[in-house]
Amino acid sequence: MPVQSVFAQLEPLLPTVQKPIQYVGGELNSTVKDWDSASVRWALMYPDAYEVGLPNQGVQILYEILNERDWILAERTYAVFSDMEKVMRENAIPQFTVDAHRPVGEFDVLGLSFATELGYTNMLTALDLAGIPLHASERDDTHPVVLAGGHSAFNPEPIADFIDAAVLGDGEEIVLAISEVIREWKGEGCPGGRDELLMRLAKSGGVYVPKFYDVDYLPDGRIKAVAPNRSGVPCRVHKHTLLDLDQWPYPRKPLVPLAETVHERYSVEIFRGCTRGCRFCQAGMITRPVRERSITTIGDMVDAGIKTSGFEEVGLLSLSSADHSEIADLAKGLGDRYDGSNVSLSLPSTRVDAFNITLANEFSRNGRRSGLTFAPEGGSERLRKVINKMVSEEDLIRTVAAAYSHGWRQVKLYFMCGLPTETDDDVLAIADLAKKVIATGREVSGRRDIRCTVSIGGFVPKPHTPFQWASQLDHATTDHRLQLLRDEVRKDKQFGRAVGFRYHDGKPGVIEGLLSRGDRRVGAVIEQVWREGGRFDGWSENFSYDRWASACADALADEPVNLDWYTVRERGYSEVLPWDHLDSGLDRDWLWEDWQDAVNEVEVEDCRWTPCFDCGVCPQMGTDIQVGPTGRQLLPLSVV
Amino acid sequence: MRYAKRGRLRFTSHRDFGRAFERALRRADLPMAYTSGFSPHPRISYANASPTGAASEAEYVEIGLVEACDPDAVRNRLDEALPPGLDILEVVVAGPGALANRLEASRWTVALPGVDASTSEAAVASFLAQSAVQVERMTKRGLREFDCRAAVVELSVRAGEDGEQMCAILDMVVRHSTPAVRPDDILAGLREIAGLEAPVPPMQTRLAQGPLDPETSSVGDPLGPDRDAQATAGDR
Repeated sequence: MPVQSVFAQLEPLLPTVQKPIQYVGGELNSTVKDWDSASVRWALMYPDAYEVGLPNQGVQILYEILNERDWILAERTYAVFSDMEKVMRENAIPQFTVDAHRPVGEFDVLGLSFATELGYTNMLTALDLAGIPLHASERDDTHPVVLAGGHSAFNPEPIADFIDAAVLGDGEEIVLAISEVIREWKGEGCPGGRDELLMRLAKSGGVYVPKFYDVDYLPDGRIKAVAPNRSGVPCRVHKHTLLDLDQWPYPRKPLVPLAETVHERYSVEIFRGCTRGCRFCQAGMITRPVRERSITTIGDMVDAGIKTSGFEEVGLLSLSSADHSEIADLAKGLGDRYDGSNVSLSLPSTRVDAFNITLANEFSRNGRRSGLTFAPEGGSERLRKVINKMVSEEDLIRTVAAAYSHGWRQVKLYFMCGLPTETDDDVLAIADLAKKVIATGREVSGRRDIRCTVSIGGFVPKPHTPFQWASQLDHATTDHRLQLLRDEVRKDKQFGRAVGFRYHDGKPGVIEGLLSRGDRRVGAVIEQVWREGGRFDGWSENFSYDRWASACADALADEPVNLDWYTVRERGYSEVLPWDHLDSGLDRDWLWEDWQDAVNEVEVEDCRWTPCFDCGVCPQMGTDIQVGPTGRQLLPLSVV
Repeated sequence: MRYAKRGRLRFTSHRDFGRAFERALRRADLPMAYTSGFSPHPRISYANASPTGAASEAEYVEIGLVEACDPDAVRNRLDEALPPGLDILEVVVAGPGALANRLEASRWTVALPGVDASTSEAAVASFLAQSAVQVERMTKRGLREFDCRAAVVELSVRAGEDGEQMCAILDMVVRHSTPAVRPDDILAGLREIAGLEAPVPPMQTRLAQGPLDPETSSVGDPLGPDRDAQATAGDR
């Protein structure tokens, strides 16, 4: 039976909420299917506001892949702002999809993509508005399977109470496999109900169902063991790795919103994975190995993407875009193709050591030389060895000198504060570096209007990285160090005014740390924060540290653990970590050795250019590095 | 060209429409003229956009092209490139004179669900009996007070239906002025003068905008002069 659209109820209320366009759907390239035509139905959610969620690549890719199958229907839903939440509660309007305004509770699966842990409270709002019980244990056969994915799903333990299942890694193939399992189970008349379905998913080894695992604790609060509580469930759940990106050229038809969103561009992932080995970087660790998309596929995707979207900007995405084996040919080829047009190209993540002026010139042919961004991450050479960000001061100075002498006037530098072994001096070294950058810029360009912006984020240790055992710096010390740095920059008469300084206070990072490395006991904290009004915690104007701290004090009162225990405490080798039963492919002993190497300031090379250093991913996952060069070139587009 | 904002896309703001329109121009691959300068942008001028949330059958925009194109072909290609609900209705070659100057007044219809026509009639009568009705509106420059009566050329009520619910429908012709008087302001005036309250937000639709004939209170076709100029050029 088709479900009713809630749009008729919603429409008269839309003039009363802010930015109503975000709730109406109708984006170019969006898909609305007949409800009864599909046997498996997905609601995909990016748990943040529409303007942030719509451009998300992951959701767009899965939306397109699922909808390409005639037996699957996929629609999208986003977090509603609090004014809309109030209107929906007053008028009994459930959480709905923007495509056909169908109630989320009617779908087979609610798939959530978590790029950040700070979206957890928004998930609870959506579940509650959808009429889905917050706790997985209270759901019955009529409720959707609540499924978490995205990078945060590599440790879903803090949300284990609220989700039915989680998947790790690339989603393209596993969403189809899950759909097959659901279709089969529904086709058989849903034997054994919800538990049977979850069991079939868990048995495959590629879907983690938290309730099939028991967690036992030691008296001191550490985990004693995590083990399956029934037979047929694998001891460890493995991540998914898509091989041959050329076979999966998505998004083919990017969604083009009417509303203004955070990214207004057509984005192509030019490769997935990164083996530079930066020790703080969870993305680089959990997406191994490197798999490149070929130059010709990228060229085809850009051509088709611009034509179907009308976007003017093309982003070539990856974790370190200048590392693509054919980046120079790609830049030149695309530069030639779009020369003189209004299409501009951007390369959002560029390493200092991989950057070169030829490349930068290609990418700024049709655009302005507004600014270049580099991420040395650590202020001192010593600290950069600790984090394995192998960028020397000479590299950086040489690169910025080249940029300033070729007409760029502004360079932005990203750093982190609170890295393991960091001292005040390491942070103060950032000021020296910024001064040298300005001095170099003035010298090579002969101009005074040279600027450098220093942007600093607090370091948060993440699961499945060598720093998963590390102590997180407390927020007071973080704030103190940032204050010292700011004073150091400001007091300099010669350079102070040429250096911009951007930073955030240390408190949100502490809560992100709690949610990143937390275990199932943190679920009660999340729920209390949500009940006390916590929404959009990733937005600084909504985030309340005090609400989180007091919820920790209440919800963990009967436990031998607290907020500090989860964040500033260093873990030992033998401690069972909450995510040890989730397999990212990384060998635990290799991670530990890399952690010890970090403390000893020993660097590790990139396995693309040196022999394998046994991180464990390829043999464990049956994968291999897939890099070019292919030797192919981009031909000029034929004129129609 | 004249275009419509229909259905759920009436919630498209003026800025939203601008972005969607520029992307549609690129998808339609029209030979756009660009402004010169450091960051060239396509030559587009929007005229007197309706407020976010109001539907419209009569929005106007002008674009500059670098070569002569068949207006019907432009209409078809552009309409194809825009989402359904943002519909290009007619395209003509611009003649001399500014389009914006011909947009002197608008005809609106405003449905008030849950309000019956007879109560509204009394309210309209007392509104029209006034020579001026002061209302307030939040503008970019803060709260402003202005008269919403003088701009009203015509205002009448009829009974209508909104699904199973009865409703009052206001028909109005409003002269364009500064500050602009919008149907919202007239509803505020009706509330102020006669206590007319709508339980749910009203549904506003602009049916026409163009030159005002003061004799008949009718709103003419602003593209008429362009059509005439084109016909004359054809004759020659």
